[in-house]
Amino acid sequence: MTRYLLNRLGQTILIMILVSFLTFFLVSIMPRDPVYALYGSTIDQEQYEIGYKELNLDKPIIQRYFIWANKALHGDFGISYKYSTPVTKVISDKIGVTLYLSIFSMIISMPIGILLGIITAVKRGKWQDTVLTLLANITASIPSFVIAVVLMWVFVIKLKLLPTSGFTLPWVDFGKSMKQGVLPLVCLSLVGIAGTCRQTRSSMLEAIRQDYVRTARSKGLKEGFIIYKHVMRNGLVPIITLIGGSLGNLIAGSAFIENVFGIPGMGNLLVNSVNNVDIPVMQASVMLTALVVSVAYLVTDFLYVAVDPRISLR
Amino acid sequence: MNMNKITPSSDADVLKRAKRREQKKRDIRRFFRVMFSRKIVVVGAAGTLFFVLVAIFAPLIATHDPNYIQNGKNLLDPSAQFLFGTDMYGRDLFSRIVYGTRVSLLTGVLSTLLATLIGTFLGMLAAYLGGVVDMVLMRICEMMRAIPQLVISMTLIAAFGGSMMSMVIILCFGGIWNSLRMMRASALSVMSNDYVLAAKLSGEPMLKILYKHILPNSVSPIIVSASQSVGFTILMESGLSFLGVGIKVPTASWGSIINEARVYLITNPLYALIPCACLAVLIISLNLLGDGIRDALDPTLRGES
Repeated sequence: MTRYLLNRLGQTILIMILVSFLTFFLVSIMPRDPVYALYGSTIDQEQYEIGYKELNLDKPIIQRYFIWANKALHGDFGISYKYSTPVTKVISDKIGVTLYLSIFSMIISMPIGILLGIITAVKRGKWQDTVLTLLANITASIPSFVIAVVLMWVFVIKLKLLPTSGFTLPWVDFGKSMKQGVLPLVCLSLVGIAGTCRQTRSSMLEAIRQDYVRTARSKGLKEGFIIYKHVMRNGLVPIITLIGGSLGNLIAGSAFIENVFGIPGMGNLLVNSVNNVDIPVMQASVMLTALVVSVAYLVTDFLYVAVDPRISLR
Repeated sequence: MNMNKITPSSDADVLKRAKRREQKKRDIRRFFRVMFSRKIVVVGAAGTLFFVLVAIFAPLIATHDPNYIQNGKNLLDPSAQFLFGTDMYGRDLFSRIVYGTRVSLLTGVLSTLLATLIGTFLGMLAAYLGGVVDMVLMRICEMMRAIPQLVISMTLIAAFGGSMMSMVIILCFGGIWNSLRMMRASALSVMSNDYVLAAKLSGEPMLKILYKHILPNSVSPIIVSASQSVGFTILMESGLSFLGVGIKVPTASWGSIINEARVYLITNPLYALIPCACLAVLIISLNLLGDGIRDALDPTLRGES
């Protein structure tokens, strides 16, 4: 058990090192002169030379990677080209917003998705299953920004129920935050609900097919008891592993929602940094996203081992 | 090609080949029968076919040049001359949407195809060679799993620009790893069969073993996942274009049309809602068709996910 956990931890660290390689080299080949980007294009030759030295551009790329990685480990991702402030400061303002949206919508979508998944699996082949599965398939197919634009049209423009855009954190102004947050959260959660419902259904159906369920049935146990005691206990365990992947999807997917509703989060920041070729911000965003996703995978794997004794060792 | 080297073609041989052809025909017929046994798959196939036809015959269907700007005729309502109205620059929206079908389908299909080919090959290599090759490829896969595809695609676009070709390659890059992982798992299970060992012992070259023994026996999950990821790839492309970091304007992409149009949601709601509907219908159709293909190829998964 401990060995597995240590192994998994080492793997995560290795992944992060690889991601840092990738982000550094990928971003280094971008068509933008870092000196001009940072100090403006009006500087003369002498100032350029100084800036060139200061950014270590005279050193070979490998050495530059290690300098960058060392600084990044200490939380210093350089200075944003666009905002001219440290990247860490630029990002720390935004990542809270995105994490708040992602985690909140996960808290909404997980229980609803699991509940609907259980219903479809238990009522397999009946009309409840047909309708819910079709709805889930359709919802999972529609891009979230399409859902967002359509919902905005219906609720903001036609019915005039909700404010257009903007974002407030709940501890600043609760009422306003909820009003502004309803549509973004609904959009983010819908996709999550559909995905979770589908996964829960297939995992539950897998459990229903097992021998112990047949044994329980032939013993004459009540169907509700079997579902609760045998099917759900086994069928819901694999759902834990979904958390890691869906957190990544939510963080990436919130880019669309933030864009539509004008929410100042990581997604919007990343889009801006791509449009402005703001290399330090891009590097930091990719690293941070990868870190959050990897940690989520790590935690879910630990949870999985803790919950299911059958896979304690690998 | 070298089948007849050992024995010249005899009657028995001809009969055998005819039988095999007969079997293949029956398999194909059964494939289509199972696939279309659910009505909803027929709907998906019809929707997909519709958009494919629109994409192929775009020049015939479009009523105007999609990039031609009619001065002073911007944001017109739908009329006989402009079926869906005009956009913010005075271009015909109907023609832009018709041509946008091409962009969506072409990037979706091409990059999925490329990603599947490369992923399949690398996956087989990883399974067959094992050792360092396997380890390196698997680590890359794990790394790519940690970065959401949207994020990596955006970074790549910043580096390589947003032409349609680079878009195909960027989306392909994001899609390789899934099919690599899947092919590796499937190839590993095929490799434990005796006929692979026999082929190895008889000194067949690696590429031939991969192509003749491993690929045919693990191809159906690959086809299933490829058919299901076309929709996802189109979603990615339109999403990136929607965020303004996708295919560069003035090329008409549904995502970028929606992006332009949402400012006018109050005055010209159809401008945004029509491409939204097209995108939704296309991706839903593709996914329904993909489900049908899955049902036909992989009976164990029938209707369960």
